[in-house]
Amino acid sequence: MIGRVGNAFEHAAAWLLGLLWVAPLLYAIWAAVHPQGYSVRFDLFAPLTLENFAAAWDAAPFARYFLNTFVLVTMVLVAQFVLCTLAAFAFARSEFRGSGLLFGLVLLQLMIMPDVLLVENYRSMRALGLVDTILAIGLPYMASAFGIFLLRQTFKQIPRELEEAARVEGCGTMAILLRVYVPLAKPTYLAYGLTSVSYHWNNFLWPLVITNTVETRPLTVGLSVFASTDQGIDWAIISAATLMTSAPLLLGFLMFQRQFVQSFMRAGIR
Amino acid sequence: MQGRTTVHAWLMLSPALLLLVAFTHYPAIATIWHSLFSTPRGSRPARFVGAENYLALAEDPIFWQALMNNLVYALTTIPLSIGLALMMALWVNGKIHGRTALRIAFFTPTVLPMIAVANLWLFFYTPDYGLLDQILRTLFGWGPTNWIGRTETALGAMIVVAVWKEAGFFMIFYLAALQAIPPNLCEAAAIEGASRARIFWRITLPLLGPTTLFVLVNAVINGFRLVDHIIVMTKGGPDNATALLLTYVYELGFRFWDTATASALTVVLLVMLALTAAVQFLVGEKRVHYR
Amino acid sequence: MNITRRTTLGAMAATPLLAAPAVHAQAPTEIVFNYPIAVGGPIPRLIDGYCEEFARENPRFRIKPIYAGSYQDTLTKTLTAMRGGDAPQIACLLAVDIFTLIEEDAILAWDDLAGVEKPWLDGFYPGFMENSRARGKTWGIPFQRSTIVTYWNKDAFREAGLDPETPPQSWAQQIDFAQKLTKRQGDNVTQWGIQIPSSGFPYWLFQGLTTQADVRLMNADGNRTFFNDPKVAEALQYWMDLSQRHRVHPGGIVEWGTTPRDFFERKTAMMWTTTGNLTNVRRNAPFPFGVGMLAAGRRPGSPTGGGNLYVFKSANAAQREGAVRFARFLTTPERAAHWGIETGYVAVTPQAFETPAMRAYVADFPAAAVARDQLPHAVAELSTHENQRVTKALNDNLQAGLLGRKQAGPAMADAQAEAERILRRYR
Repeated sequence: MIGRVGNAFEHAAAWLLGLLWVAPLLYAIWAAVHPQGYSVRFDLFAPLTLENFAAAWDAAPFARYFLNTFVLVTMVLVAQFVLCTLAAFAFARSEFRGSGLLFGLVLLQLMIMPDVLLVENYRSMRALGLVDTILAIGLPYMASAFGIFLLRQTFKQIPRELEEAARVEGCGTMAILLRVYVPLAKPTYLAYGLTSVSYHWNNFLWPLVITNTVETRPLTVGLSVFASTDQGIDWAIISAATLMTSAPLLLGFLMFQRQFVQSFMRAGIR
Repeated sequence: MQGRTTVHAWLMLSPALLLLVAFTHYPAIATIWHSLFSTPRGSRPARFVGAENYLALAEDPIFWQALMNNLVYALTTIPLSIGLALMMALWVNGKIHGRTALRIAFFTPTVLPMIAVANLWLFFYTPDYGLLDQILRTLFGWGPTNWIGRTETALGAMIVVAVWKEAGFFMIFYLAALQAIPPNLCEAAAIEGASRARIFWRITLPLLGPTTLFVLVNAVINGFRLVDHIIVMTKGGPDNATALLLTYVYELGFRFWDTATASALTVVLLVMLALTAAVQFLVGEKRVHYR
Repeated sequence: MNITRRTTLGAMAATPLLAAPAVHAQAPTEIVFNYPIAVGGPIPRLIDGYCEEFARENPRFRIKPIYAGSYQDTLTKTLTAMRGGDAPQIACLLAVDIFTLIEEDAILAWDDLAGVEKPWLDGFYPGFMENSRARGKTWGIPFQRSTIVTYWNKDAFREAGLDPETPPQSWAQQIDFAQKLTKRQGDNVTQWGIQIPSSGFPYWLFQGLTTQADVRLMNADGNRTFFNDPKVAEALQYWMDLSQRHRVHPGGIVEWGTTPRDFFERKTAMMWTTTGNLTNVRRNAPFPFGVGMLAAGRRPGSPTGGGNLYVFKSANAAQREGAVRFARFLTTPERAAHWGIETGYVAVTPQAFETPAMRAYVADFPAAAVARDQLPHAVAELSTHENQRVTKALNDNLQAGLLGRKQAGPAMADAQAEAERILRRYR
């Protein structure tokens, strides 16, 4: 009896928390499809409109920003996969003098995030002549301690016998990595890839500092133009812009939710 | 043979190491170096000033307030977001109705850009007709509260947004770990008459140890790094009530153009992160079985 | 890519041989113009139009506008780019950044440029020029300028038994009106009498009060502040009293960004905000509203605000010539009038208000002339060396006072002490 009441209570709590967590999204949908005057009043019979989307789309070159973000996210992801795979493989399978210390140095980046080093990294980018390029937004994140750490864990779990079998068949180190390790680590790549994409899709401070023009700005910096207005906040347009810009990620998660969780599970982050 | 493997290893490591050194280790050291010089202005070049920038920080009341705020911010967001994440994971791992919908609900904050969502939160916190006040009025008949315009509530309001943003992300890690626990382990315990609470404390939680360490590392970093919403919503105000170390770095470096003091402050931030990292790994090593 | 092309062009134009007329015909001099507004929307379209029109009239020059976000972002971008050796040639930046720009050795004085005559510089409203001159030279040309005005809800005035056509004229009357306009239900207030925003940049609105208290906040050289003057504390006390004593103004910090919405939602019957909000209010207020000068204390008054045009040292001879032509082009009476009508900013010269277009506009919408009529009483916006720092010292202490954490006098004394510490080395 107590169990059932407790259970119902727990259900209610879970749902309440879920509602709370999704509230900003629900509100954004409400505000985006109603005229501006209804952003702060909830009336079941409020007229529907798509004008906010049109206005938001019109207010900034979002097509260009989408392209920039897409280029940025793809570039970072590909670079992270390549660099982290190589490094993780080296850490997982070769014991050499100083590898422990080196791994410690890599893990340092888990703590010292590039955001903390804004000023110095800006200086470096200027010295490299990379200020206001998409490359500069991505460069500090390409070698990721998080990625190296995750992949190393996964690679270590792969039985040595598989590697030895491939070696008997005459595969070199690179071939073993590509044919044995990478395919078996697919879930890790998916899990890490999704985290990386959602991180860089939403990263703001560093892109804000390092970009100057429409040609390089990602979506988030484009979105910030709505935030800094002289004339007060227009929630209807901000909501429309938010939905527009995060729709691809939201849909992606909706569709791949199951695989996402499962891949995390298999990735051995536990 | 050993030699060739080492060469291979170094070849494979070098691209990642090069970038890590260039954009993590070098700037960290350069920050320390520049923190010992004055800010160059117009025609006046930088000159060596020793610890002057640090002394200036020590005398700066805003620095101390930002430091205190940041400690409060970190010490509340870390346990809250981890605790909630674990609770969420337990819920959506069990036989709850609408499990998939709940998972998606908990995860949405992760995919929404903070810079835009912060403006929506601004509406939630707006006095009187803001969503929070509308709900509190309907439920309890409370009057309007100026959530982010008062010293007492502003930092709390920022903490809520941070926890909201983080918990769902950490939930995914716990969920994956929970699904990897063999179900027969808990069933066996249940048959022997162990209560749910006992199973949780004696079996589930210890098995989640490595995940917790991993999540903790991330939560600590975010406790110092997650400031986007503060820059949008309060810019550190009112009267520095929500100023954190990183927002103050941004203000010093990119609004006051005082790059020297900004560097000194960054060093303080790095030292704090390094200290917590060291403590975590020392404690973690002992208590968690990591492979 | 852009960087190389721009510098090459610059170098070409700078070389006397190549700058000969023959070359001008094929390669117009490019002038980069940093502009503080979000990309898109009506204002960039206007600016783009002006740039095209200018290029048609002056085929030797091509203005390339770069829209860089807020004023703050634009200054950040401009100065970081300059330190990277890639400054724009002209930029519209806050008038109050004048000392920062001089200190960074970034800008040129307009008076020293060929083609700049005294009558043109003297043709602007003197209120706007206060923030544009320093050390005997003119560094900024007024362009996107504003002041603070009172907006009031005529319906609310009628309900409270007040004349809906007359805003409060004095400080005492302002409190009296606000008391009549404040609606209470038990302990809760459903409509405040007045709202003066205090988030972000409270010093600007505060300057309205200090000017009315007949006191100046800084000297013309920007190296001395007078925050500890008793009249300054008196101004803060008045602001604090609105909420803490008379309870006609919401407590705590009032968010700038949501204040217009508060007004539309009838949560406040009067609000202080920029003239730049005129178009927004006209479009969105669901009730008849009035626009008036701020109530007077010892005298009427408001600070000016907004942006000036600056020319940067990075400009070569040809670009300097183009910059002068462009600034003159933007400030002709017809264009200044057009700009004011389209945006709600204050047209920068008296002649602009004499143009037929502006006369017709003001006749139709008298609120547009309020800012102009207030200009004779307007003073320069707070601007000093290390402006952001000094301003922050004042902002923090203003907020401390409004939050009830400090008394008015000590708060202003603290702000003054901090400002002294910062400014001492500029004397």
